[in-house]
Amino acid sequence: MSASTEQIDDILKKGYDAGFVTDIEEEYAPPGLSEEIVRFISKKKQEPEWLLEWRLKAYRRWLEMKEPTWAKVTYPKIDFQDICYYAAPKTNENAPKSLDEVDPELLATYEKLGIPLHEREVLAGVAVDAVFDSVSVATTFRDKLAEVGVIFMPFSEAVQEHPELVKRYLGSVVPVSDNFYAALNSAVFSDGSFVYIPKGVRCPMELSTYFRINAAKTGQFERTLIIADEGSYVSYLEGCTAPMRDENQLHAAVVELVTHEGAQIKYSTVQNWYPGDENGKGGILNFVTKRGLCEGARSKISWTQVETGSAITWKYPSCILKGDDSVGEFYSVALSNHRQQADTGTKMIHLGKNTKSTIISKGISAGHGQQTYRGGVKISRGATNARNYTQCDSLLIGDKCGAHTVPYVDVRNSSSKLEHEATTSRIGEDQLFYCRQRGLSEEDAVSLIVNGFAKQVLKELPMEFAVEAQKLLGVSLEGAVG
Amino acid sequence: MLKIEDLHVEVDGKPILKGINLEIEAGQVHAIMGPNGSGKSTLAYVLAGKDGYEVTKGRVLYKGQDLLEMAPELRAAEGLFLGFQYPVAIPGVSNIYFLKAAVNAIRKHRGEDPLDAIDFMKLSKEKAALVQLPDELTKRSVNDGFSGGEKKRNEIFQMAMLEPSLAVLDETDSGLDIDALKVVAEGVNALRGPDRAMLVITHYQRLLDHIVPDVVHVLIDGQIVRTGDKGLAMQLEKEGYAGVRNALQP
Repeated sequence: MSASTEQIDDILKKGYDAGFVTDIEEEYAPPGLSEEIVRFISKKKQEPEWLLEWRLKAYRRWLEMKEPTWAKVTYPKIDFQDICYYAAPKTNENAPKSLDEVDPELLATYEKLGIPLHEREVLAGVAVDAVFDSVSVATTFRDKLAEVGVIFMPFSEAVQEHPELVKRYLGSVVPVSDNFYAALNSAVFSDGSFVYIPKGVRCPMELSTYFRINAAKTGQFERTLIIADEGSYVSYLEGCTAPMRDENQLHAAVVELVTHEGAQIKYSTVQNWYPGDENGKGGILNFVTKRGLCEGARSKISWTQVETGSAITWKYPSCILKGDDSVGEFYSVALSNHRQQADTGTKMIHLGKNTKSTIISKGISAGHGQQTYRGGVKISRGATNARNYTQCDSLLIGDKCGAHTVPYVDVRNSSSKLEHEATTSRIGEDQLFYCRQRGLSEEDAVSLIVNGFAKQVLKELPMEFAVEAQKLLGVSLEGAVG
Repeated sequence: MLKIEDLHVEVDGKPILKGINLEIEAGQVHAIMGPNGSGKSTLAYVLAGKDGYEVTKGRVLYKGQDLLEMAPELRAAEGLFLGFQYPVAIPGVSNIYFLKAAVNAIRKHRGEDPLDAIDFMKLSKEKAALVQLPDELTKRSVNDGFSGGEKKRNEIFQMAMLEPSLAVLDETDSGLDIDALKVVAEGVNALRGPDRAMLVITHYQRLLDHIVPDVVHVLIDGQIVRTGDKGLAMQLEKEGYAGVRNALQP
């Protein structure tokens, strides 16, 4: 190993600043999973009978299912009876009516993470739902959004206030038995965000949810459901962090999106769960099912993700292009440093005529990090004139990491056109030396080169997020996350 | 400005430079000529601080400081510029963004405020005109898909932006046709000044028709075997390196 590679290594070995623990009294369910726990959660949420039944059905299916092992990731066996499935700040017992009633300790936590919840301080034009462990603690700008008919509220409240919408759409894109983790989530999900954009409405601000895992030995199982009715548009962002803990923590979320005729959802994620230390101790196990259904003609779903955190990432935001002329997009940057492993990609399922999909995936591996792009493009018999363009690029930093590409293609209609491009490159010592000769420090040079590599994806993010993501990519490599 | 004393350098245990002595004063342009494999590029890289070159003996003083002790970015911040023989591409990073980062890193080192976008654009337009670098190239990714000539012009453009005290130009003429060579040479000449020293490394005398040096050195087999004025370059052109070699035979 040359001197310069060692220097890169030094840059890569540093900390995670979102790793603090909030000292707040929380109420827990006893660890372990059983029908009683499912009933306990449902009761806590004062849910209607149909939802309890739905959960129990999911739980029973889950019992019969096996953990998936096809992904290229290795991690210690998860003991599902050793996990706590519900944790909530005690002050939330009677949900706060306004921000003034939210525990100051919680506000301080989000403040520290750079997510101010006081509306007057919030970036103009971004409404935030803050989810802390198993519950939503604050949602900003709800009244303003309600004026144009946009519903943006914690999932548990939507169950009470808009049961007809929840009942109609919950599980319609990701059925309870879809996969092991989706079934688990369906049984024990606690909270998340619910969004409904009525016909013809262009949501006047960016909606965002900020997920925070705080409690030890606790899983987070949130559920997000976004419905864009005919001709509507919404841009939704999510961010995530967690404290540094020595044990792995499980995160198994489900996100369902539905677009009706002519509607568009732009869903952006900046995922920065605790990745574990440099030896791979601790970190979030991130098993997430995200899927969008382009139900109506000419509708569009666009996923953009920047994945820098988690010890394990297992995530394939997908699109079912059912409506004719519908469009699916997937833009991804995933970074694995130290012992992080990411197996991520997308599935584009073309059902309607003239459907189009674009996949741009950028994987960055450093340290001992392992990256796998796993993508599926399926053109069904009825999808006449479907088109797909896929581009997978991998960037390697150092000589102990790995990048893997696993594209699956299944074409049943000969009128379709598919393109696939892939490249693998390494940050060269020549590139670094060139930058340093021009006066840039080695850290700045790595960050510059990585951001250049990821630019095609970063430009898809809303502006404030793009800046944050760009910084995050830099600091995830140099360490000092802040 | 620069004083090289008895410099010995090895690459992978193999001696490349075998006792170089060279002194360049502010305002001077020195040329180093030599055949392939004589150690010209090694000298350029050692001055800029590239990894993989082991100095086994001697020292280099730059503005009175021990140059070999300094990190490459510190040398750059202190005004040492290397015009690369083979500039590398950095995909996705726009040329202008890259330069802005470089200019401001160097300004920071000098204790100056960063240039704002407007001042920077003004400066870059002015300097790009110097080497006739089309606007479009300043927006493209650094050296990505540039032709050989465009890369070299881009190097001189960067030099103009960074305003170094000592510029080492490593075979800036290689891969240039005669028109491009003129443009590059004019760019370099415009940057000559009483406070700036240049070390121009080249194979051929033709570059020195356009950039007229104060002093010419001939480097053969890791040693400077002859030093003279521009007349030496002419002589070399006529007799070739073989002529110098023969003259050196006892």
